[in-house]
Amino acid sequence: MNTKNYIRLEFPSQSVNEGFARGAVACFAAQLDPTLEELGDIKTVVSEAVTNCIVHAYPDTLGKVLVKARILEENTLELVIRDWGRGIPDIEKARQPMYTTGGADRSGMGFTIMESFMDSLRVRSAPGKGTTVTLRRKISLRSGRL
Amino acid sequence: MKVLTSFKNGLLVLYFEGELDHHESRDVAQRLERILEEYLPRDCAMDLSGLRFMDSSGIAVILRVYRRMKEMGGRAWVENPGTQPLRVLDASGIDRVVKINVSEGVRS
Ligand SMILES: Nc1ncnc2c1ncn2[C@@H]1O[C@H](COP(=O)(O)OP(=O)(O)O)[C@@H](O)[C@H]1O
Ligand SMILES: [Mg+2]
Repeated sequence: MNTKNYIRLEFPSQSVNEGFARGAVACFAAQLDPTLEELGDIKTVVSEAVTNCIVHAYPDTLGKVLVKARILEENTLELVIRDWGRGIPDIEKARQPMYTTGGADRSGMGFTIMESFMDSLRVRSAPGKGTTVTLRRKISLRSGRL
Repeated sequence: MKVLTSFKNGLLVLYFEGELDHHESRDVAQRLERILEEYLPRDCAMDLSGLRFMDSSGIAVILRVYRRMKEMGGRAWVENPGTQPLRVLDASGIDRVVKINVSEGVRS
């Protein structure tokens, strides 16, 4: 699919950047004229995916996090969140509801929420090399809008 | 994120205000635990009407309060979540464990 517009954000895995990342992506996505609910969903999934890089990919170091947002044809938003951290040994297991390696601080619901809020979720990962999460969501075309 | 409290007849109400993400959650969980130790409430309501944003880190915080209250022989529930927090609560299925009271007219 053709890219109509895009942004790239790169930052170190400091938790203070979670709010920045979801806010910046939401601002970019605003040009698709999403509803408040759609905008909330976008913020939520960015927060989930970026938090995973910060908490799981780089548990005791700081590493690089890359967030790409693209606007594709048919009013579709694509989000790619990438890290070069620890990786996920068993992706299918990691995607199960309530599965977490993070203890009582985590709920294990991140992937479940990403999956239910977006049209598609793809996870690619290699242990020791990093993880790439790709999310897509078609934003509704509202009446009264050209 | 800010937490305000009110306490009356054994009922502690925790008002969550602001945004609850992973960046905030560890500090918030510790603050909440201290508040529970201080009041030793019979029941605890978590009022989310002032919460503008929450992700799954918030689910873990809510579950911690819920479990702590159960340990103390009390009850805990969630009240008045706005649109975005409610979507996250629904998607997480936490309502099978923790009761969520949605009052009419509260929407953020
Ligand atoms: N970027 C990542 N790098 C390494 N491991 C990850 C990454 N994202 C997710 N995981 C693994 O997948 C599990 C499930 O993730 P998630 O559903 O978001 O729940 P939670 O973050 O609450 O643990 C994590 O506990 C972790 O083991
Ligand atoms: Mg997560």
